[in-house]
Amino acid sequence: MLRFLIRRTALGAVVLWLISMLVFALFFVAPSDVARTLAGRQATPETVALIQHRLGLDLPIWRQYLGFVGRALRGDLGYDYYHQVPVTTIIATAAPVTLSLVVGAAIMWLSLGVFNGVMSAIRPRSSLDRGLTVFALFFYSMPSFLLGLLLLYFLYFQLTLAGITIFPPGGFAPLSDGVVPWAQHLILPWLTLALVSAAIYTRLTRGSMLDVLGEDYIRTARSKGIPERRVIVRHGLRSALTPVVTQFGIDVGALLGGAVVTETVFSLPGIGKASIDALTQQNQPVIIATVLLASTAVVIANIIVDVMYAVLDPRVRLH
Amino acid sequence: MALLEVRDLQVEFDTPDGVVRAVRGVSFDVAKGTTLAIVGESGSGKSVATQTITGLTRGARISGSAVFDGAELIGADAATLRRVRGAEIGMIFQDPLSSLHPYYTVGWQIVEMIKAHDRSTSKGAARKRAAHLLSLVGIPRAEFRIDDYPHQFSGGMRQRVMIAMAMALDPALLIADEPTTALDVTVQAQVLGVMRTLQQEFGTAIILITHDLGVVAEMSDEVVVMYAGKVMERAPRRTLFYRHHHPYTEGLLASLPARGEPGERLTPIAGSPPSLLRLPKGCPFAPRCRYAFDKCLVEAPPLATVYQDDDHESACWLSAEESVREGQRVVSDEQEATA
Repeated sequence: MLRFLIRRTALGAVVLWLISMLVFALFFVAPSDVARTLAGRQATPETVALIQHRLGLDLPIWRQYLGFVGRALRGDLGYDYYHQVPVTTIIATAAPVTLSLVVGAAIMWLSLGVFNGVMSAIRPRSSLDRGLTVFALFFYSMPSFLLGLLLLYFLYFQLTLAGITIFPPGGFAPLSDGVVPWAQHLILPWLTLALVSAAIYTRLTRGSMLDVLGEDYIRTARSKGIPERRVIVRHGLRSALTPVVTQFGIDVGALLGGAVVTETVFSLPGIGKASIDALTQQNQPVIIATVLLASTAVVIANIIVDVMYAVLDPRVRLH
Repeated sequence: MALLEVRDLQVEFDTPDGVVRAVRGVSFDVAKGTTLAIVGESGSGKSVATQTITGLTRGARISGSAVFDGAELIGADAATLRRVRGAEIGMIFQDPLSSLHPYYTVGWQIVEMIKAHDRSTSKGAARKRAAHLLSLVGIPRAEFRIDDYPHQFSGGMRQRVMIAMAMALDPALLIADEPTTALDVTVQAQVLGVMRTLQQEFGTAIILITHDLGVVAEMSDEVVVMYAGKVMERAPRRTLFYRHHHPYTEGLLASLPARGEPGERLTPIAGSPPSLLRLPKGCPFAPRCRYAFDKCLVEAPPLATVYQDDDHESACWLSAEESVREGQRVVSDEQEATA
């Protein structure tokens, strides 16, 4: 177990290192001139050169990279080109927003998806199963920006016009302001993220559950005279969850790097929003930081998924 | 009165290809403490028939009757069936690896069974009983192995675990569905031995489903031969082996390798069983039967007493007189020899 963790962490570090190099290189391949943008329209070449020097952009690329790595290892990810704010501060402000969004939505879609999937699987081809399938496909086919806008239109705009103000149009309230305003700001984004994913989880759980319910050990469980509910949950769902857990880990990991569309629709100042802003502004330090953060989340999520495998299935040994 | 009386059991499944008539009017009795062997090829309906008795057949149209210890099980509500399953009728299945849950220890699975029917038992007591059961079926160091998972046992040991679980609540009837088919030949005898020992100790009745006539010879008191969802012949073991009436039974016995001389060719039953979707009008075995005549193809024979023996029934139009039937056999053998 320990050896497994050490090996996987080392492997993850290598992946992150390669990604950092790649992002660094890409930035220089793409035609960009941050210094000129910063200097303004009427700047003299001298001013531009000065800014370039200040940002360290006049150094050869490998020295810039070494400088970045050296600082990053000391926990310094550099400064935002435009606002002179430490990148770590930007990440630290944005991360709780994305974390709140993703954790809340993940709980919603996992419980909704697994519950619906199990209900579907218990009575395949029943009207309940068909109804849930339609429900799942409806949200699965809907782009999240459209779902977000629809939710905003009906639950914010129309409700507010009708004099019922429950949901704000967007933005974020930290947990320190209290749970109620925090949740009020997040319910619509949670729904947006969760309904689309719940569809996938419903189908995934249904399929996996149907496979498991056909297994011999389910027949054995029934032959033991234990209640059907226990057969479904303790014997069936326990096994059926393995593929669901894999998908869940990957999805949560990917979203922690920023739920770009949802954050944009609901003006949530999270990681996704920060990366989009940084990209449009060619704000290299922020781009690198957000990409590395997203990659770290995926790497860690994958390690957790593998550990979960061993926890769920006694036949799996980590080495 | 017999422990289990099954009468005219019918099981049909609706499939996209049509109605599959898996069991077509099967009747048999199991007396307390005895072993009934149900023999037949795959698809003869032997597993479906027994699983229907305990309500484990899902999505089927079921009719007929199965009275267990005075209580009707066909059409019984879920709670009744649940009380009977495990506590009064234990079941073991063909493949012990896939029949045990891979994620739980064997001890957990046996304790679950005990606790499901006796809530007053403490966890510790149930665990003790589980360990005792495991040692009873011959698992060495049972008190340590109780916390192992099924994949940590060998095939024979796993089937012993299944038997221990099925016998945990001292059921009156054990349904063993091909218990040795998935096991090595060397292990088969051991597992059968365990079953026989427990039967003698607890007086359990056993329904043994198998296609292995060797197992039948070793274990059974009475034998039911099934083919295409129907009972072809029913007889005590010795009668079935030495004085069988039905041509299908004859074919089964003739195809046994143990009966031939070394180097002799095996005698298979020509053809294959009929599709349960499109059953022939007459006797289901007629297309493969070397004795078949016109009537066999038109009308299905009922199960009737033969050889003037009330314990011996056969569903065949051939003469119920033993001397006549034997004569036909000799003639057929000679014809085949010359051909």
